[in-house]
Amino acid sequence: MLLIACPWCGKRPENEFRYGGEAHIARPLDPASQDDAAWAEFLYLRSNPKGMHAERWRHIHGCGRFFNCVRDTVSDRISATYRPGETPPR
Amino acid sequence: MTGAFRTPDGGRIDRTRPLAFSFDGRGYSGLRGDTLASALLANGVHLVGRSFKYHRPRGILSAGSEEPNALVTIDRGAGRITPNLRATQLELYDGMRARSQNRFPSLAWDLGAVSNTVAPLFPAGFYYKTFMWPRVFWRHVYEPAIRAAAGLGRAPVAADPDRYLHYYAHCDVLVIGAGPAGLAAALAASANGARVVLCDEQPELGGSLLAEAASSWLRETLDTLAQRAEVTLLPRTTAFGWFPDNLVGLAQRVTDHLAHPDPQLPRERLWHVRASRVVIAAGAVERPMVFAGNDRPGIMLADAARIYLRRYGVKVGTRAVIATTDDSAYAAGVALQQAGVAICAVADPRTEASDAARASGLPLLLGASAVATSGKLRVSRATLSNGEAIACDLLLMCGGWTPSVHLYSQSRARLRFDERLQAFLPGEWTAQVRSAGACNGTFGLEACLEEGYAAGDATGVRRHYAPPLSQPTAQPAVASGKAFVDFQNDVTARDLVIATQEGFRSIEHVKRYTTTGMATDQGKTSSMNTLAIVAGLTGRPVPSVGHTTFRMPYTPVTFGALAGAARGHLFEPVRRTPIHDWAVANGAVFENVGTWQRARWFTRNGEDAHRAVARECRAVRNAAGMFDATTLGKIEVTGPDAAEYLDRLYTGSFARLAPGRCRYGVLLTEAGFVMDDGVVARLAPDRFHVTTTTGGAASVLHHMEDYRQTEFPELRVWLTSVTEQWAVIAVQGPLARQVITPLITGIDIAAEAMPHMSVREGRVGEIPARVFRVSFTGELGYEINVPADYGLAVWHEVHAAGEPHGITPYGTEAMHVLRAEKGYIIVGQETDGTVIPTDLGLDWTIGRTKRDFVGKRSLARPDMIRADRRQLVGLVAPEVLEEGAQLVADATVLPPIAMLGHVTSAYWSETLRRPIALAMLSAGRARIGQTLYVPMPDRSIAVRVTEPVTYDPESSRLHA
Ligand SMILES: [Zn+2]
Repeated sequence: MLLIACPWCGKRPENEFRYGGEAHIARPLDPASQDDAAWAEFLYLRSNPKGMHAERWRHIHGCGRFFNCVRDTVSDRISATYRPGETPPR
Repeated sequence: MTGAFRTPDGGRIDRTRPLAFSFDGRGYSGLRGDTLASALLANGVHLVGRSFKYHRPRGILSAGSEEPNALVTIDRGAGRITPNLRATQLELYDGMRARSQNRFPSLAWDLGAVSNTVAPLFPAGFYYKTFMWPRVFWRHVYEPAIRAAAGLGRAPVAADPDRYLHYYAHCDVLVIGAGPAGLAAALAASANGARVVLCDEQPELGGSLLAEAASSWLRETLDTLAQRAEVTLLPRTTAFGWFPDNLVGLAQRVTDHLAHPDPQLPRERLWHVRASRVVIAAGAVERPMVFAGNDRPGIMLADAARIYLRRYGVKVGTRAVIATTDDSAYAAGVALQQAGVAICAVADPRTEASDAARASGLPLLLGASAVATSGKLRVSRATLSNGEAIACDLLLMCGGWTPSVHLYSQSRARLRFDERLQAFLPGEWTAQVRSAGACNGTFGLEACLEEGYAAGDATGVRRHYAPPLSQPTAQPAVASGKAFVDFQNDVTARDLVIATQEGFRSIEHVKRYTTTGMATDQGKTSSMNTLAIVAGLTGRPVPSVGHTTFRMPYTPVTFGALAGAARGHLFEPVRRTPIHDWAVANGAVFENVGTWQRARWFTRNGEDAHRAVARECRAVRNAAGMFDATTLGKIEVTGPDAAEYLDRLYTGSFARLAPGRCRYGVLLTEAGFVMDDGVVARLAPDRFHVTTTTGGAASVLHHMEDYRQTEFPELRVWLTSVTEQWAVIAVQGPLARQVITPLITGIDIAAEAMPHMSVREGRVGEIPARVFRVSFTGELGYEINVPADYGLAVWHEVHAAGEPHGITPYGTEAMHVLRAEKGYIIVGQETDGTVIPTDLGLDWTIGRTKRDFVGKRSLARPDMIRADRRQLVGLVAPEVLEEGAQLVADATVLPPIAMLGHVTSAYWSETLRRPIALAMLSAGRARIGQTLYVPMPDRSIAVRVTEPVTYDPESSRLHA
């Protein structure tokens, strides 16, 4: 079970969290202006990398907040967690 | 007398405490401090099991948790029968009842052993090759036969009456293994007050020191550790798995060693230990040698024989032959010789005598190895490569040592191959995990202690230790005859030859094809021999063959320990409403909805379900019914931007919804599919009370929080789950207003003052209440929300007030029928995650003037506007259809036939006096009036497609 550092609460065990999919996929400000292909891409296409992955988690059984996380999908190692709106560490 | 093979003195057993036990029904005597294995050996019992496939007689190979042969069933009465336990790990207690496994009718005379003598019945790949055809034979003929013939012990049938607990612990350093290296690590780690957990699978801490002369260092170390407040010592505790971020699972056996366990104690504890640093000091496992007939009872690992002698005071035989490639066997030979065992020969394939060999004074045969054995139920003769056949009752073997790198490897660290030890070793120390002692390839007491201290010390640095003096040689590639590599799964060297001849190269494939290493011992004694043989057969060095994955658990963990308290009624939390007990007392039959228990119907005077539901439906349609709707999800949405926020989440418009009014709300996923529905009630300009489905409450709140926090963070809005805060009593029926009028204060509930889809705050007596005029039945209806603690009191009041009007409590079944008559959907019943509002005829819920809401853009995607989408319709059928049944156009065509849709809800409508059904039907609205067919196994049912609403289509009753 991973230890995940909630940016507000600190390190907590994984079962306090809920996974939220890939991060930094902003909902288009004007969805109506998106053509079908662009909208389908927003809905369904994800990078699914082997390696570093920026993803969303929610501390659902803690403070309840969403945050972002960089996790290596091969080793499961988390290299950083950060608040929404913050830029991912390089 | 505790056995003819007990030495007169020595060992750590308590000779003043004899213990009676039975094995296969026969009584024996052992001593406190014995394992079942040592007690059996003390009584001269070597034959303890039959092998997995060939039913060959098997004895005790080892003295520890690596044991592949001596698996027994311990019977402590109904529900307390545990199969597949290693006799080498079982602490003897008075009255222990043990049974051998995999034999019929008895160990000494086993019918299955015929497979040992008839043809090579079970070679590698046997299962794949033999049982391919016909397929149906597999389940009904082959599998039952194989399961009866081959296998392990039987799982108990009765429920396990014992308790199991989960513990959660945090520590600075977790030390796994309490041999010299582990003890030293624990000493060093705890010296400065760090919190240390030290666990060991054995009943006593000390590891290899337990088979040495009594040591004052061990005693003093254990005293010191016991006195340190921050140190937790856990004997009988196996570290069975390493999980990310240094979470280690420990299985602690609390009562299995006791004749009369304290009923207050759990049988086992499963520890979740999160450690800043883990020191692995798991030791090493002695390797068997691979030669024909290397599996007979009386053939044992050399150091195991020494341990039985030194620790348990048991002489495991009288005439021994030793086959070894490693110097450690000489120490064993000397010890046994001193105890009076005749050592007839030591076959050592090395051509030059090592110092240890010379110093031992044992009869040495250099350049020789064991090639065959004979003996029926016990080894009686060993044949060596020089042709010599030696009579013996004991054959000790040592093919070197395999460091126990299981936990290290699970920590996803890379192993390196050590040519000198012919074994895989841990890599360098990391901040999280360090290995010390024999599991790290470090042998010799002094080196182990030194490495242990360094590993325990936070600032410790690892030194690299000099190799042992001798150079063990690799195993001869392949022996003839039945030369076992994996004892537990009966895999021979010949099987590995077959696998490589058939083209398997990857060790993972060889493993699966031959099943080597796949038994419950996970190949502790077989893995390195397998690798060495496959390397030889394929002409590659061992490192390029690689090793198979080390998986948890290190040794089997009981389901009880894994489940802990999460079984029976604690398996999942059960949620009950405040009205639950009343419902129980009034004949309710319950169903689970999510984690809630809801009353399905209330049985009166022994009526059946059908009659009860029909009676409840009639009451609602003709007078009044009352319904416990407490389980509905409730979310309070507050803040100056609450209306704007709801406009963005729901399909409908709420900005202009007046306080005191409600609106039906449909929630979509971003992909446009219906996710949930409910009522959105505006209590004040900045305060909404939103309901969700019973099962959807948590996921709706999560969905709402997601958008609130991540997409619309600029909106000033807050979400609070109030599901548990409000009890909800629905009063539905033409007399509903008359029933509640005398109860309600502070609200004008006259029809005009409080129209359909409105909400008011007032009181029921003294109790604050939110009263909704809403209906899920098609009748005039109210839902009275009161603080949950008052739910039962108000239920009683409503019931009393309604009695003169014939009020009838109804359950979810009647609710389903009534809403289906009215064509109201249930999310999850009519919808399945692919349904959009238009499909359900819910276009009217969509605020057309809204620029955007979650899911809106998706509703314009090409697939969402196809004419052949499935749409909600009603069906008129001659009988109550099966929910999930399919709809087809032609009754005469046999399947496969195009499916046009499926039945989503089907009931007997007491109101209409006929069966009704709802269905999702391709282009359904265009098919209204058509006749379709529901194919059943024995017939087709003709159905007519109708509008979904079959009762009061004008909704005049709602507005009464
Ligand atoms: Zn948090």
